[in-house]
Amino acid sequence: MQNRREMLTRSAAVAALLAGAGVLPARAQAAYNKAAFEAKSIDDVVKALGIARPVESKDIVFTAPDIAENGAVVPIAASTALPGVKRIAFLVEKNPTTLAGVFDFSDAVETSVKTRIKMGQSSNVLAVAILGDGKVLYAQRDVKVTLGGCGG
Amino acid sequence: MSDPMRIRAQAQGGGAVVRVLMSHEMETGQRKDAAGKTIPAWHITEVSAALNGKTVLTAQWGTAIAKNPFTEFVVKGAKAGDKITVSWVDNRGDKRSDEAVIA
Repeated sequence: MQNRREMLTRSAAVAALLAGAGVLPARAQAAYNKAAFEAKSIDDVVKALGIARPVESKDIVFTAPDIAENGAVVPIAASTALPGVKRIAFLVEKNPTTLAGVFDFSDAVETSVKTRIKMGQSSNVLAVAILGDGKVLYAQRDVKVTLGGCGG
Repeated sequence: MSDPMRIRAQAQGGGAVVRVLMSHEMETGQRKDAAGKTIPAWHITEVSAALNGKTVLTAQWGTAIAKNPFTEFVVKGAKAGDKITVSWVDNRGDKRSDEAVIA
């Protein structure tokens, strides 16, 4: 017979295991925002994410190549020292679907992320930071995609 | 089940830099096969990263994240020996979870 204490410890251990394995989603806003990812313009993405109109800001440090030789792999990075940034979204203006990805930061990570995106053609790329107080800031870069691979 | 992720986590100045390389096709749903039929989209939709079992970063991805996605982030207050777990789910419901120990 197990006593109550054993049961409790054991179920806590199981819960921790599940959480570690990512089986239990430990997040509130996690429902995949399909509408936002199907949006075809910056305006539509802003609407689908339910955020305020983004304002350009120098506090968002956004790195992207000026010229990407291969549109299939474009390395980008965004970071900010501003406090209270909860999410960073990457938007590619001229892609078939504008929104590339959204990263949600907890207090335990720095608001800095690097990833690689795909671009169908030369376009403006935006890093949009959403702050806890509802403010929305962005930085943008114009990325030229050269298809021929001659690096011109 | 897909190939394992490659996760490298290095302690650095009071935190840990975590680099993750996932193995995934990330099909956009825009391309057509030889017969002219559209290849359906197949991509990672949700990613989460945990430090010692506590979720620290989540992400939602669309089709525009590059094939075999790479991502890098910095976990504050993490130290050598701590465990980083990264999991993803794709739009077919396939999932994968891998872990690494911070070096």
